[in-house]
Amino acid sequence: MEFGLSESQQLLKDNARKFFSTECPMAEVRRLMETESAYDAALWAKITEQGYTGCMFSEEFGGVGLGKAEFILLMEEAGRALLPGPFFSTVALAGAVMDAVATPEQKKKYLAAICSGEARSTVALLEDGGVWDPARLQMSAVNGKLSGEKLFVTDAAIADWIVVVARNGVFLVDRKSPGLEILKMPGMDLTRKLYSLKLSQTPAEKLGDSNALAKAFDVATAALAAEMVGGMQRTLELTVEYAKTRKQFGKPIGSFQAVQHQCADMYLETESSRSAAYYAGWALEHDAPDATLAVSIAKMYSSDASRTVGNRGIQVHGGMGFTWESDVHLYYRRAKASETAFGDATFHRERIARLVIDEAVASAGHA
Amino acid sequence: MLRAVFSKKGISWMDLNLSNEEVRFRDELRAWLLANVPRDWNEWREKPIEESFPYLRAWQRKLHEARWAAVSWPKEYGGRSATLMQQAIFWEEMARVEAPPMANALGLGLIGPTIIAFGTEAQKQRFIPKILSAEEIWCQGFSEPNAGSDLASLQTEARLDGGNYIVNGQKVWTSYGWVGNWCELVVRTDPNVPKHKGLTVLLVDMKSPGVEVRPLRQMTGESEFNEIFFRDVRVPVENILGQVNDGWNVAISTLMHERGAYGARLHPLFKRYINRLMELSRKFPKNGHTAAQDPLTRQKLAQCYAEIEIMRWNQLRAFSRISASGAPGPEGSIQKIFWSELNQRLQQIAQEIFGPYGQLLAGDSHAVDKGIWSYGYLRTRGNTIEAGTSEVQRSIIGHFVLGLPKSY
Repeated sequence: MEFGLSESQQLLKDNARKFFSTECPMAEVRRLMETESAYDAALWAKITEQGYTGCMFSEEFGGVGLGKAEFILLMEEAGRALLPGPFFSTVALAGAVMDAVATPEQKKKYLAAICSGEARSTVALLEDGGVWDPARLQMSAVNGKLSGEKLFVTDAAIADWIVVVARNGVFLVDRKSPGLEILKMPGMDLTRKLYSLKLSQTPAEKLGDSNALAKAFDVATAALAAEMVGGMQRTLELTVEYAKTRKQFGKPIGSFQAVQHQCADMYLETESSRSAAYYAGWALEHDAPDATLAVSIAKMYSSDASRTVGNRGIQVHGGMGFTWESDVHLYYRRAKASETAFGDATFHRERIARLVIDEAVASAGHA
Repeated sequence: MLRAVFSKKGISWMDLNLSNEEVRFRDELRAWLLANVPRDWNEWREKPIEESFPYLRAWQRKLHEARWAAVSWPKEYGGRSATLMQQAIFWEEMARVEAPPMANALGLGLIGPTIIAFGTEAQKQRFIPKILSAEEIWCQGFSEPNAGSDLASLQTEARLDGGNYIVNGQKVWTSYGWVGNWCELVVRTDPNVPKHKGLTVLLVDMKSPGVEVRPLRQMTGESEFNEIFFRDVRVPVENILGQVNDGWNVAISTLMHERGAYGARLHPLFKRYINRLMELSRKFPKNGHTAAQDPLTRQKLAQCYAEIEIMRWNQLRAFSRISASGAPGPEGSIQKIFWSELNQRLQQIAQEIFGPYGQLLAGDSHAVDKGIWSYGYLRTRGNTIEAGTSEVQRSIIGHFVLGLPKSY
């Protein structure tokens, strides 16, 4: 048993860290977050060149054929860099859904275009009410056409294709289709833009039914948890650095226990979130019986921890932490958006309770 | 490029399955436990420790005879040179069959490894076999009334007089003091140098004239720990462990063992607690339904369950780091904070589920699980204090892990 990274995994992670810090430093993040879509074609081309978009998909569809554990590491580093744009939406979300539900022919067309970097995509799931359970959606396809409203769709304005989850299946909508209106939903996170979609008799191609959706969302949720770990890691680094250099009462503020213990808790929360995200990645890759439980544990823990780490980070930065020029609030904004995406801590605790309290009752009943 | 990184075939991956060797180790242990674990521990476990202690000695002797008493120790000293993962497997298997604890817990877990690391050949020959066989029980003389978190400020002094040290002073919070044959004692041998540099570790025979052991009654009502008084106690110089005035290094080595692998040992135990709590939550009423149906209780149980799993994953990641670096490091402090604070939250949830029944003590016919939860609620307050307070652990992380300036 070995729960450290292999040499290759460590190398992949180190390379990703170097790549993102060179190609997408904070100055670039700040430039992109002020743009309409936070998307930059040149940056996307470089990400694609690295093979990152195809990391976890099969070589049959133009992917690299690595595992979910490796993809988790990429997401962690993307999160540490606060990478703006549609990487999560396209790969972790739309790519994972296509991979799980689409036919091989469709994958050769759509998933392959994601792997090669030609196309960007996203998933439209939530409707009015903001319920994550696909079984409780209203929208249904009628004669190959979709009508209704979808909310909180990330990066929709720059997606070539939008994967729409409806009551009677999973559909693909071309962004240029007639009857599709994409409107901004300005949210806290400036680096990942949100949109609402108005569909009226919009033509849609069915990718598959919703049965395999849960597994794809588990992959996306674990990837999001890993991205949150990266954000926590960077917040911790910035905060410790500040605590070492900022002086008050003639000493670095990091020498005061009240400050030091905040940093120690940030470290504990970050490391624990990382353990949970890595385990979830491993469990998904190996179809472990507790994979869904592991995903919920990871998302539950990092949802609370990324907010808490941000709270502590801003507090330790003092007045500086409250300024626009401090980077900590940019991570804090992302953390809030990620906290609610695919279920917050409360949502996942209830999911855990169903798995460990209620199913134990059910299995005891059968025995 | 990703393809280039992973072009080599046969690379090692993150792998949470047991290796063949780990499976062999587990199966051998399982078979042995199946044949040898005592079936009557449940009748003994509720008796006072003074009564059950001979039982625990016998159990340890049995484990030792089959080389299971100290799996982490090197083979030449009676262990199995077990890897950290094998050690985790060992504790998981012991918990799975609800095996009794071993009598000489400190000797096996902390002091034996320190003697193996710092002792002379003669000391190893003299002490190691009897630690393993539970013939000689060990206790630890570290804390003093005025030296808790600031251990290095301890005042128990040892003055050289010919071939002996003359020891005077007082130790406190000594587990197993009442039954201890030997004590790993930290003393001040040079008062004229900075506090960390004047300490020495002595191995003290508890039957020496001038040693007095008194019970220390704790807030749970029992006396798990002792106070030990030393009045002109003579300790021969051949019982110095390590070098004179290098006692801080020796003591730190013992403390690192104390913080290191606990998460792995506690995981099966906590798992049993939470499973029992989930079971009990279906019987206790809460807000018009059972506690298991109460949304807030469900949230708390789920949080606790999740943290117990995370404790294990943190520990496994730490094992991999220790295997790579060769020694337990300051990350042990994370485990210590995590398990101790988690154990307190777990006990609080139990109290919330049980309502007024939670307070009932052992002996009352209405007490839940014969009072183990009311005891646990009080006992776990000690968890964030013993083996280094949470505050000290956070300062260790701040300074030694994050590189912040020292705060004390």
